[in-house]
Amino acid sequence: MADNKDMVKDLYLTMRRIREFETNAMNLFAEGKIPGFVHLYLGEEAVASGVCSNLREDDYITSTHRGHGHIIAKGGDLKFMMAELFGKATGYCKGKGGSMHIADGTRGIIGANGIVGAGQSISTGVGLQILLHKTDQVCVCFFGDGSTNQATFHESLNLAAVWNLPIVFVCENNGYGISNPQSRHQKIKDVADRAVAYGIPGVVCDGNDVFAVRETSAEAIKRAREGKGPTLVECKTYRQRGHFEGDPAIYKPKEEQEAWLKKDPLDKMSKWMTDEGGFSAAEVKAIDDQVKAEVAEAVKFAEDSPYPTPESGVEDVYSDIVEEVRDR
Amino acid sequence: MKKMMTYSEGIREGMSAAMRKDPDVVLFGEDVGMFGGCFGVSAGMFDEFGPERVRDTPISESAIIGCAVGAASTGLRPIAEIMMMDFLTVAMDQMCNNAAKLRFMTGGALHFPMVIRTAGGAGVNAAAQHSQSLEAWVTHVPGLKMVFPSNAQDAYGLMLSAVADDNPVVYEEHKAMLAMESEVDLDEGPIPLGVGKVVRPGSDVTIVAVGNMVHQALAAAETLEKDGIDCEIIDPRTLYPFDFDMVANSIDKTHKAIVVSEEVKRGGYMGEISAQISENLFDSLDAPVVRIGALNTPVPFSPALEPIYLPNAEDIVKAVRSQG
Repeated sequence: MADNKDMVKDLYLTMRRIREFETNAMNLFAEGKIPGFVHLYLGEEAVASGVCSNLREDDYITSTHRGHGHIIAKGGDLKFMMAELFGKATGYCKGKGGSMHIADGTRGIIGANGIVGAGQSISTGVGLQILLHKTDQVCVCFFGDGSTNQATFHESLNLAAVWNLPIVFVCENNGYGISNPQSRHQKIKDVADRAVAYGIPGVVCDGNDVFAVRETSAEAIKRAREGKGPTLVECKTYRQRGHFEGDPAIYKPKEEQEAWLKKDPLDKMSKWMTDEGGFSAAEVKAIDDQVKAEVAEAVKFAEDSPYPTPESGVEDVYSDIVEEVRDR
Repeated sequence: MKKMMTYSEGIREGMSAAMRKDPDVVLFGEDVGMFGGCFGVSAGMFDEFGPERVRDTPISESAIIGCAVGAASTGLRPIAEIMMMDFLTVAMDQMCNNAAKLRFMTGGALHFPMVIRTAGGAGVNAAAQHSQSLEAWVTHVPGLKMVFPSNAQDAYGLMLSAVADDNPVVYEEHKAMLAMESEVDLDEGPIPLGVGKVVRPGSDVTIVAVGNMVHQALAAAETLEKDGIDCEIIDPRTLYPFDFDMVANSIDKTHKAIVVSEEVKRGGYMGEISAQISENLFDSLDAPVVRIGALNTPVPFSPALEPIYLPNAEDIVKAVRSQG
């Protein structure tokens, strides 16, 4: 639960930042300003915010194709993120990766990833590095319910368990693997049940309740930090949009969508803050206004930034080979 | 100081030297620890470096490469072993979509100093899932480098450079060559990636060969010498980046080129080299470039069939003679 007002404010600030960033991304995509694919984190804000509130700057995360929320919660810069979504030279990846590939080595963000389940095995390497360097850092590996049917899930959780790696596997069960509801892509209801197969703890929490996420993941992160090995944390949440923008999500039952919108994590949090948390409506609005300004600034930065030069297209393939990439 | 060493020992000495020099270099893979690797290549390393740095993994090829990607991106310099090159297919996603691409896709925010060691090649009756040569599949992917030593000295020197490189390097070791002895001078140190070697100087025809085919080319050259044909043999040693200048300089002199690899001929890496020669050196050529590869079949098991599948010295001799 809420320890103190500053902590609550920080949690809400992060959630609101994600909401504002994603809402802007949604609109900018619809306006044709953001090219490619965009997978929005709307509705799942409490997960990244709650988990990352327990992390230090020198901890690591691996992320997914639906990664904006994780990156914001881990301290990613909104300007560089938005510029990357636009494909601009000032973006995190210099316009070479786009929405699904944002990384920031200086903040322990070992990349969003376009391959479902890829981050799971990458996290084992991060965990191994921490183990061998004997630090008390941890790596949080975010992934969705759909990815738990990939071989990487099995291979990585097994490896992390047998090597006792300092990793927290956070499954964001948002109910869908692309268009397939969980009931049609796996027989189990709780992904956390699979932890038994690896001899590690598996826990479930309400992924729309940021306090529940914070508390549950804190325990798992503490275990990892203390060298007690990995935990599988499942956060039950809901993907409020389609798989990607432009997906009308006709496969989602209307009643289900409406029921989950009533459990919206931002609404829940702001209501709690004014009803029970000792915040005035004006205080909440001040946070909202601050975030609106930050995201507006990020959008302006992205719009004003230049596109990458043609020359830059052959850079960064290798550390030491540039022009040769053009031909042989 | 020069001494005789097996190809396998050359690889091991390279890994061990790199691990002695840099505590961030680690080796992991299936059975590489106490067992010393399926072919014994890492024998003794578990004792020298301990279980933390020489680690057995479960049989999980995809996790092995993914683990190397994560480790490399955060400060280690892993050597990940995929026991058989055929099993790279199980880890292809991690190798091609993550190791190879993430540097570019993140605009250089992350980098991946890692080596993927894998035993390729046929000749030991291991059939089609334990014998393949998949150089084309690796070199097709931008972001990967690839080396393929043909002797112990190169095995040692290329390993030092592969580990020191800041990019993912696939290091192919030929399983039929592991016990092959040759002279090594450990003081010679790293062999830069992308620098080929004239294994045999000659003036009449240029033969580009890698791995075990270097030895077939040498045998062919001996036969052809008796006919008065003087072969120049080039072992590129690194498949990417490729030392095209060395090949071009040789063809300027010989005006003929044969390219040889153990891959199935169709779609093989040597087809790429052949195309580069034809595109860039057409005016120097007195005859079309000839590719020599294996039969376009899965690798057969039987001792009666495998030698027919594999390209050999006789094929090279015929090809050279056919060029007139």
